[in-house]
Amino acid sequence: MASNPKVSVRDLRTWYGPKQVHRGFSFDVMPHEILGVIGPAQSGKTTLLRAINRTLEFTAGSRMTGEILVDGDDVHQVDDVYGLRRKIGMVAPLPVGLPLSIYDNVAFAPRAAGMNGRSNLDHLVERCLRQAALWEEVKDRLDSLGTKLSGGQQQRLTIARALSHSPEILCLDEFSIAIDPVTTMRIEDVLKELRREMTIILVTNLVQQARRLADRTLFLWNGEMVEIGATEVIFGDSPKDRRTADYVNGIFG
Amino acid sequence: MNSTERSTSSAVPRFVETEFVRKKQRAEWIARGFFAFMAASIVVPLLLILGYIIVHGAPAISWEFLTENPRSGGAKGGIWAAIVGTIYIVAISLAVSAPIGVLAAVYLNEYAKENWFNRVVNLAVVNLAGVPSIVHGLFGVGAFVYFANFNQGRKSILAAALTLAVMTLPVIIASTKEALAAVPRSFREACWNVGATRWQTIWKIVLPNSISGILTGVILQVSRTAGETAPVMLTGVATWKSLQDSGWFLYHPIKDQCMALSMHLYYVATQANNVPEAVPYAIATVLVGLVLLVNATAIGFRVYLRSRKKW
Repeated sequence: MASNPKVSVRDLRTWYGPKQVHRGFSFDVMPHEILGVIGPAQSGKTTLLRAINRTLEFTAGSRMTGEILVDGDDVHQVDDVYGLRRKIGMVAPLPVGLPLSIYDNVAFAPRAAGMNGRSNLDHLVERCLRQAALWEEVKDRLDSLGTKLSGGQQQRLTIARALSHSPEILCLDEFSIAIDPVTTMRIEDVLKELRREMTIILVTNLVQQARRLADRTLFLWNGEMVEIGATEVIFGDSPKDRRTADYVNGIFG
Repeated sequence: MNSTERSTSSAVPRFVETEFVRKKQRAEWIARGFFAFMAASIVVPLLLILGYIIVHGAPAISWEFLTENPRSGGAKGGIWAAIVGTIYIVAISLAVSAPIGVLAAVYLNEYAKENWFNRVVNLAVVNLAGVPSIVHGLFGVGAFVYFANFNQGRKSILAAALTLAVMTLPVIIASTKEALAAVPRSFREACWNVGATRWQTIWKIVLPNSISGILTGVILQVSRTAGETAPVMLTGVATWKSLQDSGWFLYHPIKDQCMALSMHLYYVATQANNVPEAVPYAIATVLVGLVLLVNATAIGFRVYLRSRKKW
């Protein structure tokens, strides 16, 4: 029995000013799957994520038509956009340690949502840092600045922060772009654990990363969805579209 | 290593000082020296100004000069009333312009969308900054002395302070916007992504990390407010208003006009008779000293806040 999609994108078209980004496509993301999104730069991968959690509207001149449903609710109709954003964890390409202590970095979102009480927060901070595989390295210096951590540690801190509001969907936007391969592998292991609890949308420039992790893969090119399918098919001998095969085999892109 | 060794070494010499390299290096030295000279030339007028007024004015500065009211048309006594008047005007003016300017800048930088309203406000800020101070003075006469009419159609300290507040507002807005814009946008996006409102983002992240720049911009306006003569002369500063008239210590900010160092300097330097030559320089020294004192405090504060900077 097919369950309801976690995220549904319907005929998505977006613009920054006169420049069109997405040219109209639809797809679903199923619960507890890892959807890999691959495609060259400027193909609209980041904008897709920004449309889902409605941060696209922070960019002056951006427009969007079509529908995005999260758990069946149109993101533009929800009463509480902040609640919507908390349902979606977002990890940006470059690690962003907020200029706060490690503890406060992770406790920022729960506090912004009205949670307080030291023991609750303590518990939550530890859980998120453990999930992000950072706890052992920072547990003795939670009061030091998040911005002073190394790049790889900051990226895991960013992931811990994205987990701190207990999201049901985790969006990662080229999370490994600024970190070393060993840390990348550690985070990939974390993601394999997390998929039991949440749905993951993994935007990546590294096609092999999608191949390693994704259940299904979506190939985005120039704002068009060239193909979406099971990862084995996309990376197999005969994806539907010739361009997909060329891209994943490194012939262009 | 001598030249014979170098010529006999078997490896291909990789770093040869060709004529081209020498030319490049010469151009580099000339450019650097020229720019350094230009930078140094900024220091010269400052030192000359400070040196000149201090050398001429210092002999006239004494405890009595600072704490006594002027007498005999400024020829005798001190400048106490003018010091108090300047402090009044600066304090009231900044108390008005700093909150309005900072909050307006927060709106413009953090909330305003790119639309006609925002463009009109930004245009107004830029143009207000370009209005000559004497025009601000005339505006102040119309708006604060007559229209707002604090003091039955007469000049008042409040009118002068508000005139200067209007004058400093655009600069405070501009410097605050700059300080806010220096906080990386990625910080804001990280906050929005986890469901924080704009206000939560501003309060927890943006303001704590831009406060040193904001305060610096505000405090730098002290020197401008303290030095202006034309607008306050028209709106609230008298040539002669010793403090005895309203008690030993205080002016009434609404019912009184006041003296001010800038105006008093102009008066004793050009209008008064029998003034000892050193007195105008002494007044200038005190005015510059007051401003430098405030700026030094600001710089110290800035250094302190910078040391706590978190990225």
